[in-house]
Order: sequence, then structure tokens, then C-alpha cells
Amino acid sequence: MQFLVSVLDDKTNSATPEEMTAITAFNERIIADGNWVFAGGLAAPSAATVVDNRAGEAIFTDGPYLESKEYIAGLWIMQADDLDAARDLVTEASKVCNRRLEVRPFL
Amino acid sequence: MSDVRETITRVHHEEWARVVASLTKRFGDLDVAEEAAAEAFATAVERWPDVGVPPNPGAWLTTTANRKAIDRLRRENKRDDKHKEAQMSYDDPPEPLGVIDDERLRLIFTCCHPALSMETRVALTLRMVGGLTVPEIARAFLVQETAMGQRITRAKAKIKAARIPYRVPDTEDLPRRVSGVLTVLFIVFNEGYLATGPDTDPVRHELTSEAIRLTRLIRALMPDDGEVAGLLALMLLTEARRTARVSASGELVSLDEQDRGSWDAAMVAEGHRLVRERLAAGVAPGRYQILAAINAVHTSARDVRDTDWSQVVALYGQLVRVDPSPIVELNRAIAVAELDGPEVALATVDRLSEKLDGYHAFHATRADLLRRMGQSQQARAAYDKAIELAGNTAETAYLTRRRDQLAGPSKPS
Repeated sequence: MQFLVSVLDDKTNSATPEEMTAITAFNERIIADGNWVFAGGLAAPSAATVVDNRAGEAIFTDGPYLESKEYIAGLWIMQADDLDAARDLVTEASKVCNRRLEVRPFL
Repeated sequence: MSDVRETITRVHHEEWARVVASLTKRFGDLDVAEEAAAEAFATAVERWPDVGVPPNPGAWLTTTANRKAIDRLRRENKRDDKHKEAQMSYDDPPEPLGVIDDERLRLIFTCCHPALSMETRVALTLRMVGGLTVPEIARAFLVQETAMGQRITRAKAKIKAARIPYRVPDTEDLPRRVSGVLTVLFIVFNEGYLATGPDTDPVRHELTSEAIRLTRLIRALMPDDGEVAGLLALMLLTEARRTARVSASGELVSLDEQDRGSWDAAMVAEGHRLVRERLAAGVAPGRYQILAAINAVHTSARDVRDTDWSQVVALYGQLVRVDPSPIVELNRAIAVAELDGPEVALATVDRLSEKLDGYHAFHATRADLLRRMGQSQQARAAYDKAIELAGNTAETAYLTRRRDQLAGPSKPS
């Protein structure tokens, strides 16, 4: 099953060269092990646009739907058997990217 | 009639976790398992007084609970593939005992999973493994029944949605996870032993005995784990002094003032036996084993003056290396005071003031040391601070008496 792993930070694209090297090595390994589905960094929430087309006429709102100091600065989607297996991967990922991570299963 | 009731209580203690565990395995759902187990026991309470206790109560309860679960799933008509896979026939033979024992371990590890908050782990373990009812758990932790019910419901939902696995952790993960389980049991024990809250009994026996019962269960399932044995010994050696620890007037009686003849000799003997067993194992002891050994030294002395304080100080030294927390340092200083005098101990204690300023035992220890040094005025101030911070009624009473016995002018009250 798949888990969304969110990288929590108050800035974006802020990994140091050492962190990037460690993240790349980690990604290559989990790709080889079959645990990697997707990974990527995200632009800051200030770049977000909220789109609401529920009423038939699309309304565009500048900025994120939720203001907060910390936000999701990047993400992984990982393949793992259960939360314990995912947790081992996420524990290591938190170390290599040097950020707090949130793990949540897909339904 | 009352015999049947006693039997039901005993069977409930012995079989509850087994029934919940085996149903969780079969239906893959803690909520279904819990409700069906509760219904099966309710049926037993209703029927056994009339028709008698069945020859194998455990098997009867498992079968009945299985039927209740299947009935519920049929009623809800929400059977997913997993439930279909579980082959919902009424007459599955009971599984062999060894497998079911493993299932109880699975249940314990799931309830104590690190992805759950500590208070949730405690509540869930008492409900699923201990079989306490929601109102009982709510009372034990001074929480509204509805709030406790929600906490348990949310926990079950999270286990399901977050994909917390129902299994015993692998060897690599096991020591850390066992330590997490023991933390939960120690919290239950301590809440019983040093109950907090102005209106509660100072010692709540139902919680200490439940913690001991559950630790015994884990010991039976993991007999080679040193820390499990250590925690059981620690609980027994502490519980053995329970009745001596609070006076008839509801005041805490300190170790040096306790009537050692009223300690529970059987519990002391069992605790000592476990400590000896761990010593003989020759494996470096963890935190609980060292704490048990310290308590073994105390309970070996027939009079407080016979206490081998150098041994106690040495054990605390060992504990500091395993667990270098300020609270352990504080306890070590208390033992040092007996060996080297209160002045030496106070120097250590005062170095901890920044970290422990909000902890009542820190101020109580300072107060006692200052009292012994004849510094009444400073001792009084420290007692005041300790009384202000103490949450246990018996402890407050003890500290107040000690303060009021100090020489010199007392504050107008």
C-alpha cells in the first residue's frame, strides 16, 4: 500500500548540498528496493492558487487555503506493507533530509 | 449463585484478552472484536447462573463472541473481502493454545504502538487487554466517560486507517517496542500507586493490581526478557508495602517510618526471587531491573538501620549511567545523604534546581535535608513549595505534618 510522506518546513527549496546528496542516495536505494513511487519538492504556499468551481463559475483565490508558519515543502509517495514498514523508511528519510515528516496512508 | 459470579470474574480476567485477540485476528477489526467480546461476557453473566458454567469457559466465550461478531457484520451488511475471507462459519474449531498466546502479544503491541499518543496507549491497553470498561478507565484517569469513550473510539479508527499492523514486531524492533509496552504498564501502576487529584484515594489498588496482572501476562508470554521480569519485581516490591505506606488517617508514611512487619511477605519473596533470577542471568540490567534491585535492598532490611546504603548508592550510580535523568540524580542524592550526610547530598540536589524546580519531590527532598541540617527556616520554605506542588492527598498530609513539626515560629495559618 502507499503512504504520503510530507516534508514539514517553514521555507522551501532549502536543502543544503550535503542534504541533497543524502536524499538522492536514499531515493536511489528505495527505488532499487521497490519502495519509491514519487518524490518532489514544492514551491512555497505563496505560489498557491485555490480554485473553486463548485458553483459552475470558477473562482480563483491567490494564496494557500490555510495559512500557517510551517507547510508542506515537499513530499514522497512510498510503497510499504504497513505503518511499521513505512515508519522505518520515514525514520531514515527524516534523518537524510533533516526535516520533520508526516506519514499518512492512502485509502 | 455468588460462586458463578466469582467464576465469571475470574474467567473475565483470564480470557478477555484471549477472546479479543483471537477475534481481532479473525475479523481484522479491533472494534468488532471488542464489542463481540463484551457481548459474549454479557451473555455469560445472563446465562451461566441458570445453566451453569460450561466445562471450557474460554472456548464457550470465543465461540459465542465469534457468533456475535458474525451477526453484527451480517446485520451491517458491510462485509468487505477480508471478512469474507475470514470464512464466517459458526463452528470453526478453537485454535491451538500456542497460537492464541501469540495473538495476545499482537494485541498488546498494537495497543502500545508508538504511533499512538501515550494516554491513548494506556486507555486502549486497559480496555482491550485488561478488559476494564470505559467507565472504569474514565474513573481511573479522572476523565469524563464520553471523553474516554471517544479517545478509545478514535484510537481504534486510527489503528485501522493508519495501517498499524496487528503483529509482534520483528527482532530488530522488539527491545524498543517491549520498552514501550512496559512504559504503559508502569504509568498504570504509578497512577494507582501515587494517585493524583485532590478527591481521589491516595492509593488506588485496582490500578496497581491491574498493572501487576498485565505485567504477569507479558512475563508469561516473554519469559526471557530481563526488563519484563525487572518491572514485575519492581511492582511487586512496591505493592508489597502498599498498606504500610498510608496511615489510618490518610497520611503518607515514609520508608523509614513504615511498619515493616505489615509488608506483604509473599510479594516481597516473589520480587526477591525475580531479582535473583536476573542477577544469575549475568546480562547487563536495564532500568527496571536496577530499580527492582534497589527495592530489593530496601525490602531486605528488617529495620531501616540495617539498610545497605552503600549498595543503594552503587545501584543508583548504575542507574544514572543507563538513565541520566535529573530525577534519578535526585534519588541517588537521597541515598547519598544516608551514607555521607545531608550536606553532601544537598550540594548535589541544589545543582538540579533548574531542571526540577516544578517537581514536588525535589522540594520535599531539599526540605528534608535542610531539616536534618537544622536549617528550619529554609526547610519551611522548601516544605511550602513541595506542598504547593504535590498532587497526592496522602503526600500533602505528610509534608504538612513534617513542616509543622519544624522548630521555630510557624506561619499563622
